[in-house]
Amino acid sequence: MSPALVILLVGGAVAASCAVLGVFLVLRRLALLGDAISHSVLPGIAIAFLFTGTRNTLPMLVGAGALGVLTVFLVEALGRSRRVREDASIGLVFPVLFSIGVILISRFAYHVDLDLDCVLYGEIAYTPWDVLTAGGRELGPRALWITGGVLLADLVLVLVLYKELKLSTFDPGLAAALGFSPVLIHYILMGAVSVTVVGAFESVGAILVVAMLVVPPAAASLLTERLSHMLVLAVLMGLAATAGGYGAARLLDCSIAGAMAAVAGVIFLFTFLLAPSQGLVARLLRRRRLRARLAGRLLMLHLRESGAPRPRSELARRFGWDPAALDRALHRLQAEGLVVVENGGLRLTADGGLTLREAGLDEIAH
Amino acid sequence: MKSDATSVKSPAGAVPAVEIHDLTVTYRTKPVLWDLDASLPPGHLIAIVGPNGAGKSTLLKAALGLVPRSTGWVKFFGQPYEKQRRLVGYVPQRESVDWDFPTSALDVVSMGLYGRLGWLRRPGRRDRAAAEACLQKVGMADFAGRQISQLSGGQQQRIFLARALAQDARLYFMDEPFAGVDATTERAILELLQALRAEGRTVVAVHHDLQTVAEYFDHVVLLNMRLVAAGPVATTFTDENLQRTYGGRLTVLSQAAEALTRQKPFARDRAS
Repeated sequence: MSPALVILLVGGAVAASCAVLGVFLVLRRLALLGDAISHSVLPGIAIAFLFTGTRNTLPMLVGAGALGVLTVFLVEALGRSRRVREDASIGLVFPVLFSIGVILISRFAYHVDLDLDCVLYGEIAYTPWDVLTAGGRELGPRALWITGGVLLADLVLVLVLYKELKLSTFDPGLAAALGFSPVLIHYILMGAVSVTVVGAFESVGAILVVAMLVVPPAAASLLTERLSHMLVLAVLMGLAATAGGYGAARLLDCSIAGAMAAVAGVIFLFTFLLAPSQGLVARLLRRRRLRARLAGRLLMLHLRESGAPRPRSELARRFGWDPAALDRALHRLQAEGLVVVENGGLRLTADGGLTLREAGLDEIAH
Repeated sequence: MKSDATSVKSPAGAVPAVEIHDLTVTYRTKPVLWDLDASLPPGHLIAIVGPNGAGKSTLLKAALGLVPRSTGWVKFFGQPYEKQRRLVGYVPQRESVDWDFPTSALDVVSMGLYGRLGWLRRPGRRDRAAAEACLQKVGMADFAGRQISQLSGGQQQRIFLARALAQDARLYFMDEPFAGVDATTERAILELLQALRAEGRTVVAVHHDLQTVAEYFDHVVLLNMRLVAAGPVATTFTDENLQRTYGGRLTVLSQAAEALTRQKPFARDRAS
């Protein structure tokens, strides 16, 4: 397997598994919880390491998963106390756990090969050369096995529990009333997020994980109104960011994970600007169209109410609009044949009167 | 059968739809509901009425176990809720969910079928048809594919009701089904409630508009942290009981009510 292919596959697996879980995080307004978990699992990793004495992945995943669930529990408990808000409780919990992890590692494990750089900033560029062996046989890159396994587990989870995840995300009250424990589903989801985050950032680094959890789902939400489409789109955008980021990193000779996260950001930016109905440009155009129509209607109403042709200066005085805007509105009305110039003044045409009536603007009662 | 003053009359021998005994609910140390006993008869439209903060929504939620009970128990048709989930439908307040959620009207309605499907089973073609039939009943068939944020408040409320219909329950708990809806929706909801009653189902609804209680409902539960009175509208929804429910605030209230009664012919004209 070529190194480039390994990097692309590992990046793609991380992007896809983060995207499917991230959709639910974003919809639950818990986007930052992924960020928090990526830090707060550190003591779990440290404890697993201290117990087993190896950098074996499985115990670390278990330890990290447990700490992830503990993080969620503490955040919720703090939030429920109503003494601090949800965002503050996230901000309170993860630095505490993270610092405990830092202390554990620096006190008990500083002399072995479990350094902070390695735990926090796995490097996707090295994944092709970290090969898993069993019984003397090479089984391929370790990161590919981990991220691929995590992706498979996440896909199975979301496919099997799709209905339950959707219901408990949209309406936890109904979910509880119908007997689907939203609390249980919440912890299953957060357990999956913890394992995914750890499995991924051990291979590719935290920055890529946090980006892929939030950015593709946020972009996908601007393009669709169906949960199933949002999941598929988020995965596709994550994959596009992976491929594009790899290309950019080769071109610019820079950090691969950084480039992938940056390309995800660029994809979001383009979606934010250009999404067909929810994009910024579409919104601005829509608002401008509405404003232009409103201006036209107001001018036409005034001309109808006053009957005889009115000079432009009177309109300018009465409406107090920017002269250029007034001229634009009048030109538009003339071009559409709704208003004509007559005896040096402006008059509503029969078409104009009809347009007003069709818009439901009958005579204004005095 | 209970015989204290607070229990309402029900057909002899009929098991009450809801039986509440010694129910107390507290948020932290503050009681929201205090030592409530009530027995609600099946086959009626029952309004829960009381001032803001009287614990009306809390009563529904505590009965369904959505907020913890400090003391007491609630039975549905003689059994605890956990055994009767399928018989009870719940319509939460419209504001309780995020209407920007990426889903369609039909999809929300089919969520009412999830309880019967149970864990892991997906809704199939027949479930889809059932959900469409429920949309039809609330006059929203044309909006099946519409994203839910593009619906008006009244339409959203009707989607919630269609979802409750999909639950095919014998008893419905509704939290302010008439809140902030347009006249069309108000009529549609009323017709729906009456159809449910005609089928022998029971509806317990938190209701805010004192003017329409007697017109829309046949039983009433007057609540202000404690149970003030419960029973048929004709004998329970009296000035004296309202006075006891709303306390000092009723002076303002009765003036408003009087003014409204005087205006009513005009109000009606405009609504129709």
